[in-house]
Amino acid sequence: MRRRERHAGAFRALRTQRDQTVNDHPSDPLSIAHSAAPGAGSLTASAGFGSLLDGGFRILIAGAGLSVFALAGLLGWELYRGAEKALSRYGVGFLTGSHWDPVAGRFGALPFLYGTFVSSTIALLLAFPLSVATALSLTEFAPFWIRRPVRALVDLMAAVPSVVWGLWAMFEMVPWLRQAAFPFLQRAFGWIPLFQGPIYGVSLLAGALIIAMMITPIITSLAIEILRAVPPMLREAAWALGATRWEVIRVAVLPYVRSALVGAGVLGLGRALGETMAVTMVIGNRPEILLSLFAPGYTLASVLVNEFAEATSEEHLAALFEIGLTLVAVTLVVNFLARLLIHNIPFFFAPRTLRTQPMEGER
Amino acid sequence: MSASGSAPSPEWSRERRASGEERATARRFRVRKILDRFFQLLSLLASVAVISPLLLVFVFLLSSGGSSLTWDFLTQLPKPVGETGGGMANAIVGSCILVAIAIVIGAPIGVLGGVFLYEHKEPRLRAAIRFTADVLNGVPSIIWGIVVYSWVVLRMKTFSGLAGGLALSFIMIPLILRTTEDVLRLVPPAYREAGLALGLRRSQVILHIVLATARRGIVTGVLLSAARVAGETAPLLFTAFGNRVWTARLQEPMAALPLQIFTYAISPYPDWHRQAWAGALVLLALVFLMNLALRLLSRGKPE
Repeated sequence: MRRRERHAGAFRALRTQRDQTVNDHPSDPLSIAHSAAPGAGSLTASAGFGSLLDGGFRILIAGAGLSVFALAGLLGWELYRGAEKALSRYGVGFLTGSHWDPVAGRFGALPFLYGTFVSSTIALLLAFPLSVATALSLTEFAPFWIRRPVRALVDLMAAVPSVVWGLWAMFEMVPWLRQAAFPFLQRAFGWIPLFQGPIYGVSLLAGALIIAMMITPIITSLAIEILRAVPPMLREAAWALGATRWEVIRVAVLPYVRSALVGAGVLGLGRALGETMAVTMVIGNRPEILLSLFAPGYTLASVLVNEFAEATSEEHLAALFEIGLTLVAVTLVVNFLARLLIHNIPFFFAPRTLRTQPMEGER
Repeated sequence: MSASGSAPSPEWSRERRASGEERATARRFRVRKILDRFFQLLSLLASVAVISPLLLVFVFLLSSGGSSLTWDFLTQLPKPVGETGGGMANAIVGSCILVAIAIVIGAPIGVLGGVFLYEHKEPRLRAAIRFTADVLNGVPSIIWGIVVYSWVVLRMKTFSGLAGGLALSFIMIPLILRTTEDVLRLVPPAYREAGLALGLRRSQVILHIVLATARRGIVTGVLLSAARVAGETAPLLFTAFGNRVWTARLQEPMAALPLQIFTYAISPYPDWHRQAWAGALVLLALVFLMNLALRLLSRGKPE
């Protein structure tokens, strides 16, 4: 008797709870048992011992969910604590100082910022067009039987560990660059200051190349997802007007996804800035700002790899923590920008596609 | 103006213009076809260019690493500096231990965090968690090495396998959290409603229905992230640090395959270089096999 009542109570509670949930969330009417709804209390209370279990479980998952905040807090706090001395001592001058000499106690991060930005930017300039073209090939141009295996290869490429890329680059790419590619570039473009100076092989450009190889799969798979999300209607409309495949892309597809593709590129840039091991192995690790791309450089991440374990003085360690803080700040800003760009697609660019430009041969 | 004047018959002129336009259209059509072909070719070349480094790495590792990949390499400890021979057995085992620690710490937190993200009502908190997880996923992995160094290593006053595993788990948590949430969204709501209608407790519904239904996807997500951290070097540099002898004790420095490859690669000894190539071949094979297996697993059945 009591048992039946209890169940009846449970059902009533469930029903009221669902009704409330429906009212609360018209968009999400089916998720019933979200926490904290007033009905939930009576349901769990009626379950007796189970309520304890349920409460414990709820605390458990909440803890796990909130752990990301703890991680972010830990990250910020430890980096700040480590860098505190350097922060108070050098302030902004740390970022603009161009001399890094741990022995003499001079710490300026500009060479690393320069190396990071130059190598990443070149990498992005190389990787972005290639990635977008590959994505177009895999969504629009290529025959169907080829798309799946190539896509799989691109995904595998993203799974290659950084240190393996670095190893290959050290023993195969850099010697090839030193003997063949760089001399050729110098003969062809030697009049540009970027391609002047002695050739060592290990260089900013080598670092940029290896970064480019590592971020292409990431940008490519993002671009494929983005291109797949284009409403089929846009494509069909262009097809119906007699557009060729390239014209469909130019007129219907690209305008719709432009900002999202840029976002994918920026996300790739975020990855590029943080690439560590492979870059360290080929960039030459010299903390100087040299104009030539054939000259060795240094990046924020590389200096951490090379000096963190060997930092003996407290100042040096604090300066390295500040480098880490800078690296996090830079990647944060870039990732944030990418998110803004990617999530704004329909917002900015949908109306544009409606204003279809006349195609060639149609006037 | 001059309505007709002395102009030839309008019919004739219309015909003439039409044929001229037709010819122009035909010419433009040819140009358009050529352009289309051109861009197709261009995109094809681009995909070849994108894929070719992967193939080059493969060929390089197979040709130079393959010959150094001996039974000794897989079963022996590193020899002292200056002696040739020896292997990376301890590094291979060390990597497995580190990844296991990372899974033990990271998987429960990540999966339950994903459950929370799926269950929780307040959309702003969900958005905040999702955003934070994405931000953490964007943090360069070497940063986690530094954070764990100053959080754990400085306190324990020693590099340790535990610290290395912890650093790897910090990378895993936000990854798993996001993939778990995505997988849980695929569970039909009717399943949980059925469970609730039977009077099951919420925890039971989650454990026995939701998680059980999404099991395959969750396991795939966890193992994919494990494959990813298995190749990480940077976070281990200042945490696990590397070791040249056997150790199963978590409070001691521990060897790891990527670390060993890096150390050997930047060393001046040709014999170590050969071993680095062989090590890289092993690492790459492990990572690829994991990825391929998971690919097949997740493709198997839709449910």
